[in-house]
Amino acid sequence: MIRLLLGLLTALTLTAPARALDIKEITSPGGIDAWLVEAHDIPFTALEIRFKGGASLDPADKRGATNLMMGLLEEGAADRDARAFARDRDALAATYGFSASTDSLSVSARFLTENRDEAVELLRDALIAPRFDEDAIERVRQQVLASIRSDYKDPNTIAAQTFMTLAYGDHPYGSSMDGTEDSVATITRDDLIAAKAATMALDRVYVSAVGDITAEELGALLDRLLGDLPANGAPQAETATYLLSGGTTVTDFASPQSVAIFGHEGIARHDPDFFPAFVLSEVLGGGGYSSRLMEEVREKRGLTYGVYSYLAPRLLGALVMGQVASSNNRVAEAMDVIRAEWRRMAEEGLSEEELTAVKTYLTGAYPLRFDGNANIAGIMVGMQYQGLGTDYIDTRNDKVNAVTVEDIKRVAKRILLPDELHFVVVGQPEGLEVAN
Amino acid sequence: MMRLGLVFAGLLMAALPARAEPVTTFTLDNGMDVVVIEDHRAPVVVHMVWYRVGAADEPTGKSGIAHLFEHLMFKGTEKYSGEEFDQMIELNGGSDNAFTSLDYTGYFQRIAADRLELMMKLEADRMTGLILTEDQVVTERDVVLEERNERTDSDPGSLFGEQRNAAQYMNHPYAIPIIGWRHEIETLDLGDALSFYRTYYAPNNAILVVAGDVDPEEVRTLAETHYGPLEPSDLPPRIRPAEPPHLAERRLTFYDTRVAQPYVIRSYLAPERDPGNQSEAAALTYLADLLGGSGATSLMGERLQFDTQIAVYSTAFYRGMSVDDTTFGLLVVPSPGVTLPEAEAAMDDVIAEFLETGVDMEKFESLKMQLRASEIYARDSVQGLARRYGAALASGFSVEDVQSWPEVLQAVTPDDIMDAARNLFDKRRAVTGYLMKEEEPTQ
Repeated sequence: MIRLLLGLLTALTLTAPARALDIKEITSPGGIDAWLVEAHDIPFTALEIRFKGGASLDPADKRGATNLMMGLLEEGAADRDARAFARDRDALAATYGFSASTDSLSVSARFLTENRDEAVELLRDALIAPRFDEDAIERVRQQVLASIRSDYKDPNTIAAQTFMTLAYGDHPYGSSMDGTEDSVATITRDDLIAAKAATMALDRVYVSAVGDITAEELGALLDRLLGDLPANGAPQAETATYLLSGGTTVTDFASPQSVAIFGHEGIARHDPDFFPAFVLSEVLGGGGYSSRLMEEVREKRGLTYGVYSYLAPRLLGALVMGQVASSNNRVAEAMDVIRAEWRRMAEEGLSEEELTAVKTYLTGAYPLRFDGNANIAGIMVGMQYQGLGTDYIDTRNDKVNAVTVEDIKRVAKRILLPDELHFVVVGQPEGLEVAN
Repeated sequence: MMRLGLVFAGLLMAALPARAEPVTTFTLDNGMDVVVIEDHRAPVVVHMVWYRVGAADEPTGKSGIAHLFEHLMFKGTEKYSGEEFDQMIELNGGSDNAFTSLDYTGYFQRIAADRLELMMKLEADRMTGLILTEDQVVTERDVVLEERNERTDSDPGSLFGEQRNAAQYMNHPYAIPIIGWRHEIETLDLGDALSFYRTYYAPNNAILVVAGDVDPEEVRTLAETHYGPLEPSDLPPRIRPAEPPHLAERRLTFYDTRVAQPYVIRSYLAPERDPGNQSEAAALTYLADLLGGSGATSLMGERLQFDTQIAVYSTAFYRGMSVDDTTFGLLVVPSPGVTLPEAEAAMDDVIAEFLETGVDMEKFESLKMQLRASEIYARDSVQGLARRYGAALASGFSVEDVQSWPEVLQAVTPDDIMDAARNLFDKRRAVTGYLMKEEEPTQ
């Protein structure tokens, strides 16, 4: 094992980014805060805007309103209808992305230095003065309905949605943010205007920019782009209560393979035990690491192409979740192995060697994330949204390194609850004991 | 000794301000091609080895072996077990993966730039030093069968795609899915894996792409040290069965109870980018955007989603990077109440209108601008650039072909597009498919 030991020693010398990111915290003349990394080597800017709250602010009888609203921002604004807007955007070669999630709304933009002012002006129209023309509403509504109908036939979505409904019931977390065929059919133009007012406001906005732009230019840009948004949106939704207990739920679906989504209640991002939880979860089922689940379910037994587990600390409720897909006649075995690994980690935690190895991986991989303007802009807006400071980049690896074997043991027992694991299986699984 | 090739750094910058990535290329004495792309913005390197072998190069009856073998490349050598291989990368904070396509197979790692040598050591070692057992092959074959379950057999759209592709190519192996037909995957064994490995995995069939915070001279020294000693092998010529003339239009309908959204899709056999001759492919790239690029500005989108509400979605697609004949496709997802024959008729009307009225100059200029801008945006992802060079070189293109492609695109004229369209739209070379809901029998 000399080779491994050498690898370890060299790896431990790996530190934070060799060229630390120079993040500037700026405030625009109008009072909008943003993080900026100036990078003038490529003549474009990546801009990320995030609003906290998102589709969880849908009124109960208008599920899907926020999602449909985001789909319409680019479908006509100010004096341009949808086609004129698209024509001008394409001519500038700017790209704008608008997406809703349960906990936030994201606006991602990319524009060239040579026509930055025009690109920002066009984006401003979409954010400040969307038209919500009736013909555009109908067109996008039909697209959303087509996507909802596809979800009804997609085993992965059925499994995830069934799990969330069992876990959270009537809370917005318990239903799809796309809405249902029935709810989407009833959404009106007024509902879209209300959804925008509730979710897109200055009291919940986070901004980052990376690229060919100075602090002064960004300040002026942000006042123009966002300054006319309302000061306040709707109060955030209430915390979600977790309703599920251990067991298995099967949804019949004609397919050669069963999809299983599993999990139980989790740990919040701001919990003092979050770092030990994050580290042990990486070993259990992390995607970038040779996890125990992958080793036992895939490598040793060939039961699946992929098995993962992860912490899902959302704004209003946290889960530990996982996913596997396996042939109908083998999924029961895969689930047994997953339960056993869940229990082993809960009872034994990690050895000193395992902990050192995963820490080395996590701390070595962290600086590699900061690669490319668009990536960095995305990471920076996420940090602000989580309430982290710019210094987090320099202290994050220390927090990982501070985790001890004892922390892992204590936290594993606390957050991994094998008897609480609930599996939702979609397919035609064989030999599965169904008990709720 | 290495034969140092052309250094392309900035060579064409005056002609094409959009491109500025400094690229250095050379070839090792054993025939391994090397491409180095410098990007010093972050202390990261992407290390890739591409092999000029893909699913379309498989022996008859052994479909899926290229992809199964890609999985088996992680099983370990005499020097490093599979577990050690993963640990060496992870202990250094790196990540790795691999992919198989019709024309090539690639392996890559992303890691701190000062760990490049370790990656070369590992990748060079497994190029010829892999050790496999029958047990490993059987277990990994199960993993691949689960992968096929997940990606293909659970998805009616994927199954439909396999059937359409098999109808599109009458003689060429592009007819066969990359992952393989299930009945053939099930029979693949250790002998198949080793024979594939010995035939195709050699330095003279490989391309090394190193992209990121590196010095080309240093990469040269490292490559010479680690890849240089590997012996080249006798490669079989890369000749595949060619398509005969397509004389009859093909049509098929696929029914599945799991279909939520029916659609009509048509693909035409189309010329690919050829080394040294990429202009027709460039014209087809414009054609796909003009007909079915952005929903609100393309001709299909305007006619089917704006002027009428025949479709909820429509698009056109063309992928020029291919060793042999590729396809050009059109897709229409009809609105509720619109039948697939009606949707298809509307699609044909759009093609007819385009052939009659020609290229809209405003849209043409806008596309030219977008293609120029896409070169600027592309520089933000060094991994994307690495893939671009790797895929091209593994498909028989030269570095010059890659670097001239943006200029070839800028040189396309409306007449070129119309010529390409008239050559393309011949239904005898097309496959039209309907994906439909099979109603479940009432019990």
